[in-house]
Order: sequence, then C-alpha cells, then structure tokens
Amino acid sequence: MGSIKDKVAIVGMGCTKFGERWDAGPEDLMVEAFTECIDDAGIQPKDIQAAWVGTQFTEVNQGVSGLPLAQALKLPFIPVTHVENMCASGSEALRGACYGVASGVYDIALAVGVEKLKDVGYGGLPEMALGAAGKYDSLVSPNMTAPGMFAMMATRYFARYGLSPEEGKLMLAKVSSKSHHNGTLSEKAHLRREAPVEVIVKAPIVAWPLGLYDCCGVSDGSAAAIVVRADMAKNFRPDPVYIKALQIAASSGEEMMYTDYDYTHVETTTRAAAKAYEEAGIKNARAEISMAEVHDCFSITEAVTMEDLQFSPRGKVKEDIDAGRFNLDGEQPIQTDGGLKCFGHPIGASGLRMMYEEYKQLQGKCGPRQVKNPKFGLTHNLGGFPPRCVISTFIVGL
Amino acid sequence: MVGIKSYGTYIPWYRIDRMVIYGAMGWLNPVGLLPGEKAVASYDEDSLTIAVNAAMDCLNGIDRNTIDGVYFASVSLPYKVRQNAAIIATALDLRPDIRTADFTSCTKAGTTALVAACDAIKAGSAKKILVCASDCRPTRAGSSQEQAYGDAAAAILVGEDDVIAELQEVHSLSYDFADRWMADFDRFDRTSEDRWIRDEAYTKFISEVILGLAKKHSLSPKDISKLALPSLYAREDAGIGKRLGLEPGQIQHHLLDAVGHCGTAHPLVLLAAALEDSNPEDNIVVTSWGSGGDALLFRATGKVGDLRDKKKGVKKALASKNMLTNYAKYTSFRNVGSVALGMRAETGVPWDQKPLSWRNRKSLLGLVGSRCKKCGTPQFPAQRVCVNPSCKAIDQMEEYRFSDKKGQLFTYTEDYLGFTLNPPALYGMIDFEGGGRFNFEVTDCEPGSLKVGMPVEMSFRRKFVDEKRGTYFYFWKVTPARE
Repeated sequence: MGSIKDKVAIVGMGCTKFGERWDAGPEDLMVEAFTECIDDAGIQPKDIQAAWVGTQFTEVNQGVSGLPLAQALKLPFIPVTHVENMCASGSEALRGACYGVASGVYDIALAVGVEKLKDVGYGGLPEMALGAAGKYDSLVSPNMTAPGMFAMMATRYFARYGLSPEEGKLMLAKVSSKSHHNGTLSEKAHLRREAPVEVIVKAPIVAWPLGLYDCCGVSDGSAAAIVVRADMAKNFRPDPVYIKALQIAASSGEEMMYTDYDYTHVETTTRAAAKAYEEAGIKNARAEISMAEVHDCFSITEAVTMEDLQFSPRGKVKEDIDAGRFNLDGEQPIQTDGGLKCFGHPIGASGLRMMYEEYKQLQGKCGPRQVKNPKFGLTHNLGGFPPRCVISTFIVGL
Repeated sequence: MVGIKSYGTYIPWYRIDRMVIYGAMGWLNPVGLLPGEKAVASYDEDSLTIAVNAAMDCLNGIDRNTIDGVYFASVSLPYKVRQNAAIIATALDLRPDIRTADFTSCTKAGTTALVAACDAIKAGSAKKILVCASDCRPTRAGSSQEQAYGDAAAAILVGEDDVIAELQEVHSLSYDFADRWMADFDRFDRTSEDRWIRDEAYTKFISEVILGLAKKHSLSPKDISKLALPSLYAREDAGIGKRLGLEPGQIQHHLLDAVGHCGTAHPLVLLAAALEDSNPEDNIVVTSWGSGGDALLFRATGKVGDLRDKKKGVKKALASKNMLTNYAKYTSFRNVGSVALGMRAETGVPWDQKPLSWRNRKSLLGLVGSRCKKCGTPQFPAQRVCVNPSCKAIDQMEEYRFSDKKGQLFTYTEDYLGFTLNPPALYGMIDFEGGGRFNFEVTDCEPGSLKVGMPVEMSFRRKFVDEKRGTYFYFWKVTPARE
C-alpha cells in the first residue's frame, strides 16, 4: 500500500468567523472562506481544476451534489463533488482534493467544508431523522441525541476506572475549561469566554453525566483549503504545509453489536491513529506530535481521544489533564484555537477549520496562542457515536 | 355437515358511471379511471342499513326464532362503541338470547366471520348463525378509492341440516401487511403504492392461501367449478387464475365494473353470485384479502337450486338501478371528503415507510435478530455478515428472538435534550443474556435509578405516532426487571 506522505501540500486556507450566523446563508459562508483561501494561496478561481465540498445535513443546508459550491463560487465547469462522512465530511473533502492531486490528474484542487445549522429553529443538532441515520436505524434506535450518545461513554469510563460522578465531572470540567481559555485568544471562535471549573461542574445537565459546558457549541461556518502538488508548493509560498498522513476508518459494527467493546475508548480512532503514525513515520506520538485539534464534541470525547491517539496511556488521561499537559503552555497543547468547544461544530466545516489552525500554527501566525516551534500537527474527527463512527486523522508538517 | 343454508345480497339502487367521477375529478387524478360503474348507497343508507336489507333477502322464508347468532363484518362500522351486530339483530327482530359480534379492521373480516360461524356450529354451540358483511367506505374526492370502492352487502345463513353448500375446507393466512390502514383518529383509509401491494403481497398471498387450501384437501385446480378471488386488481385475478392452471370460465366474475370493490362484503357477494349459478356437486372456492387472507371450499348440494326463486340475489339486484349523473349529488349523498392530494402532498420525512416496515417486520415488531450458526453469536439487528470479528461468516445466520431474553444495562444516560413526552429520555446499551447488544430506550423507571449492570427486561411499547399519516409505530423498550 502506498502513502500520501509529502506528495501534496496546502498552500492556502480560509475560514469564516464561526457562530450563530443569522446574517449568512451557506453560499455566503462558502464565499467568505473561499475568498480568504485564494487570497492566501495567491491564485485565481480559474486556476482551480477540481473541487470537493463536505456537508452533512444537506436537508437543512444548501442541498445535495457539487452544484451549490460550483454555483456559489462560479467555478468554471470543473468537476465538483459533494462528500458526506458525518463529522468527518470536511476532512473527507480535503482527502478528495489530496488524492485528486496525488493521482497526478490535477495540479490545484479546492476543498471546502460548510454547514449552516442555525436555520432549523431550535438549539442542538438537527433531528437525526433529517439525514444522520438510515430509516431502519431511526425506527429501532432510541431518540438519541449527540450528548446522550457520548454521555454513555462517560458513564462507562467512570464505572471502569472507579471515578465517582464528582471526580469524573471534575476531570471533564478541566478539559472544557482549558479550551474555553484558548477560545478567548481565537478571533474566529464562537464562544470567547473563560469558563472556570467550578462553574462548569455546576452547570445544568444536558445528558447525564454531561452538563452544558461538556458540550461543544452548535454554529454555522465554513473553511477551505487549496491543495497542490508538493513539488510545486514553494512556487506559491515559502511555507507550504505538507500532508504527512491521511487516514479514514469506519466502524465494522462489532463495537455496537458484539459484547467485547468496553465503551471507554473508541476503537476506530485507535486503529486510524496507528495507521496514520505508520504513514507519517511517527514512532512515539506522545513525544513527536507537537499539537492537535481533536474532535471535542464533548469533553469525554477529548479525554478518551487522548488515550486513543497514544498521547496518554490507557486509563491515565486524568493524570495528564491534572498536570496541564494539554494546556496552551503544556507539553502537548490540544485545541489551541478553542476546539469544537468554542468554535461550535458546523459539521462539514469542522475538519477544515481544525486544519486551518494547524496550518496557521505551523506557519507561526497564531499570535497569543502560538505554539513554540511546532513540528507535527494532527487533526481528528469522529463522526457518529463511539461504538459506530467514522474517524479521520490528518498529520501535517512543514 | 356444516354449510350454507341461505344467502342474500343487497346492492343499492343508485349507481354512478365512473366517467362521471372522472369528469369531475380527472383533472386531479388523470390516470385514475377504472372501467364501468359502481354501486352508491343513498343519502339515507350506510353499511348497517344495507346489511339489514341483505339479511332480509337471506332470511326470506326462514323462522327468525331459530337463529342463534349474528356476526357482522365491516370496515365502515357506523359505531365504534355500541355493537353494530346487536342493532342488526334487533332490526331483524331476532331472539335476545343469541350471540352477536362485530368483525372488523380488514377486508378479510367477512370470510373470517363466516369461518367463525361455521366453527361455532361445528362445535355445537349454535344451530344457525347469520353472517352479514357490508361496506360503505367513505372516500376522498379524486382518490383511487373513490374510483374503486362500491357499496354492497351480503348475508349468509350458516347451519347444519339441509344445507345448499357444505363447507369442505378452510385455510387462513395472517400477515401484518399494511396495504391500507386507518388510525383510530382517521375518517378515510390510506393506501400504499399499488405496485408494492400487488407484487409483494397480493399475488403472493392469494396464491399461497389457495395452494394451502388445495393441499389440505387434495384438491386439483381442475376440480374447482368457481373460484371467487378478492378482486383487488381485476387484471391480477386473471393472472392468478392462469398461474393456478384455471380456465377463464372457472373464475367468478369480479363485479368491479358493476358494483365496485365492496370491502368485507366482496367475497360474500361473489359467493352468493356463484351459488345462484351453481349445480349440485360444484366446488366453489371463495378467497379474501386483508392482513393476509382466507380461502374456503364449499361443495354445492342437491338443494342448491331450491332457493333461487325466493331470492333477489345478485342478478336481480344488479338489474334494478338508477344512474347518478351528477357528481355533486353523489358527493352530497356519500359525504365525500376533501380532495385527495396524495402522499406526495405530505411534506416531511415519513417515520414509518410501509415497504421497509413490512420487509423488516420480524425485527420491528418481533425483535428478531440473528444468530451465527458458525460461531453462535446472537446479534441485533439481523446481519448477513457475522459481527464477531473472529468469525465474519457470510450468510450463516438463523433467526434469533431477543424479546424474551433478559439483559443487563451496559451503559446509559439521562438525556434532557432529545424529545420525549416524559423527560429526561432514558436510554442505554443492553447486553443480552446469551449474547447480543443493542441500544434501547429505558421506560417505567425514574431518573437517578439507573445503574451500570442492573438487570432489565424487554417490554413492547408504542414508539411514536405519525398523525399526518395515521400511523402508530410500535417497538421494544427495556424496563428494570420486575420481581
């Protein structure tokens, strides 16, 4: 099997302000991200040879197919493909662009992620019946919400490692509090307020044991990237960001229906990460990955992901959280821009929003939240829920 | 031997040429025209009145005091509460010490009432039972039902001695197939797509029930004198007959072009029509449709011709008619409902898609999953490829029922965000004793009482109501195990 390592590079990126964008439709968001992106790359729309767009809830967004992107940006009759892979949809769009360029067919490709969630008229993600689950699944599953699905992982984690609800919630509160701090330093974030641990643990319960601050925001947004052949990347800019690894993994179903799965880790992340490290040539992720934007849809997800990505030993993430390892001034900063926690999670946009942060960090452009001399950045998306999910993992570096 | 002692029919005086309906409503439903005319109950008739009139035809010359019961079948009962059969019995001036019952909720109910009456006689608990079946189904303007449905009633008197036709054999099928349905709050029935009904169920079930009957009785198709088919689709009936090896002359005419489809009464009207023309020793097979179907085999006796002059019967009733030429008058008589906009007018995603629910009926209603024959792993929902990572055998599954298995709560949450009528929504993953895992709602317990590892059991519940489509959806939830 081949490898994507150092075959393609990102030479331009754009990202909208995330938030409750009552002022903007999906077309506006795509144009906003795209404009910044091509300016950053120094190219014209006519230079783009193929494009991919990631969105999940097409019913409440711009609709299906590549047409909405092509028409919003007036792309000149080039191939445009809509991709959907739940919360990994944005990363899936980037993957399409990377492989399209790596195949040698295209020199310059565009990836856009976009999601307009706030038009449904209620808080939280849209009802799963609007596209997330197949009809049969809707009929046999409880009316589960995203917080409920991940709350069940916290319930198991606390039970397995002998944490009382108070101890468990305190551990999770530290995860969210750290991201809220980073969000205050991030201009494009949706939520930009400090959240002290003592406020977080007392917040109203959304899905036991997860409270309000254990959940990421729901927002609108878009992000975009220009991908080119590695050998021509420096023609565009002196500091292109190279793709070192790119992995997608989808659950086989055994976690959901077979009784071996413990629900205190995410098997799919574990597998995708191991492959990504192999592809990038990383031997010790805890030591070598400088920083990461992981899928912190809920505080418990981030905590467990630290173990799945081998940043913390199994069952030991609490020690690393307590030691401040993942804080902005820690040894391995996580969610340097505030993460999903503070950006919210416009589903199709999130993967590319994460990459935007890694790209800017590697280029040293992150001001007050800049990580010192980063070598490798990692992004991670988890679509679905722990026993049944799609994972994307990118590793990038200069 | 148990059999038919008498029969009667009632076809309302008014008829309407379907072109009149089409002329008024064809703009809405341009492909909905059926051939011929249909019977229309007058403004002062309903399924109960026409049933009484059919019974009067049936009981002509019979001592009313000898009748031990009235079974009434209809899917357009005037009363939901207050027994309709008791009203018929009173109208017919029958004895009060008799057994009465209404049979309803599918068009098979007419033959089911007939079978039940024969069973009661066989069991010795009655000597004579009057079976009435009748329908005046309300329809929406421009609907396919408006074209198809007609109003008519039939009555069959079942007894033991001096019968005109003996009941030889019965075969029945029960399938929860929702070709049409009406929730308790609906005024009009709803139908699924005809292609699905016809290809996935109608032709299959009717052949299955007839072949089942033939096998039980060692009956060869050539021995059938008259086969009355349920006539849901006129063209399909010919095809079913052909596949069974019958000549066109062996199929009883469906009357769709003269009466329309008259619901529960239809098989009994066709039975009466067959009896009018039968000779001694003729084998008459009557079939019905709706949530499965029934097939009944009667053999005409030497007395089959005796009643002919005493009956209005089908032929005379058909000849006596008055054509309605005014659609507005028809709609006023029959209280026709608002315009049928069709399923495409129902916006939003339907919860319960009928073909999907039918295909998955064992899992959706029965909580039947599968167990791998190779490694023994139970799994829900049923899988084609084994979920056990060290097995993954393909198509080695047998059915495995989870509804009677106990389980343990593997993990759970109390969800204040998702909709439930009883917040918070309690749900979790269940590990079943003997293997298998899936997520279920937890019900009949209070928040704060759930614990990892607690024992649970399955309970059949209503999962949601789709009022726009008149559908209740049922499924299994778990409750804490009760002592």
